[in-house]
Amino acid sequence: MTVPGNWYLILSAILFSLGVIGVLVRKNVIIMFMSVEMMLNAVNLSFVTFSRMLGDIGGQVLVFFVLVVAAAEVVVGLGIIVSIFRRRVGVTADDLHILEG
Amino acid sequence: MDSLLLSVIAKPDLIVFLAAAVVVIAGGVGVITYRNPVHSALSLVMTMFGIATLFIEQNAQFLAAVQIIVYAGAIIVLFLFVIMLLGVDRSEIFSRERIRAQRPLAAVAGVVTLGEILILGHATWATGAKAATGAVGNSSDNVFKIAQAVFSTYLLPFEATAILLVIAVLSAVYLSKRVVVNVDEALDGPSSDGVAVANEDADREAPWEPDTENDDEVYEV
Repeated sequence: MTVPGNWYLILSAILFSLGVIGVLVRKNVIIMFMSVEMMLNAVNLSFVTFSRMLGDIGGQVLVFFVLVVAAAEVVVGLGIIVSIFRRRVGVTADDLHILEG
Repeated sequence: MDSLLLSVIAKPDLIVFLAAAVVVIAGGVGVITYRNPVHSALSLVMTMFGIATLFIEQNAQFLAAVQIIVYAGAIIVLFLFVIMLLGVDRSEIFSRERIRAQRPLAAVAGVVTLGEILILGHATWATGAKAATGAVGNSSDNVFKIAQAVFSTYLLPFEATAILLVIAVLSAVYLSKRVVVNVDEALDGPSSDGVAVANEDADREAPWEPDTENDDEVYEV
């Protein structure tokens, strides 16, 4: 383990920021969803890194739970996207402007 | 320069980290830049594999395997299914933004987020003390350690995830159930064309729906 943990954390921060930019820039709801998954993965990476740095298995267990929640989130989110597409023309965020106040 | 090269080669960990980091960041950039959602999904697979490599490098073998099985094997396939099902591979039109200068502002927001994380990383909130939950084992007993923690310390959250998964399955079934009912009802009617049925249903269930001509302009079909 010659690579310092800080490098992993910086990589995780960069990946998280890429996810933030993806959610803010893209209009396709599916790609925004993928960016959210990317942010979840960045956080998972930092959890595993902390688990190694602090010698605590709890970080890896937390990643396990995040994986479960992400799977459930994807199932429900994609179901919602499919049901939106059923009555709308496209699946971009602009097609959901009917939801604005 | 030669000594630097030699010192890098002498550390296989460093080589693996740098290669995986390049893969992860290239995949992440690909997700947010490709126009075609299918290409974005494949870039996301690339990111997942890079992160799995980094998990293995940090002695989290179980999570690396689960990462590939769950993410690359299940979640991305689900994404691709939906992309193919909906046929959303038409390109987005970026010239018509609802908020002016949204993309530069978003890029600035992303960079600010990165800066904030890096600045907060220098704060000394964490004590750095070793936790008492259980040490990370070596590479041979990683699964044993995780199982021990999940089934003793974290047993209640583990049970809660079971409930969460049941709720997710039920909601997915409910969300996809309505179309079957509608098609069955409509098949008894005069029209047996599936597309026409869907449109009729959309008109009947959504009286608020704005004119579709305006929507057609937005997309290149």
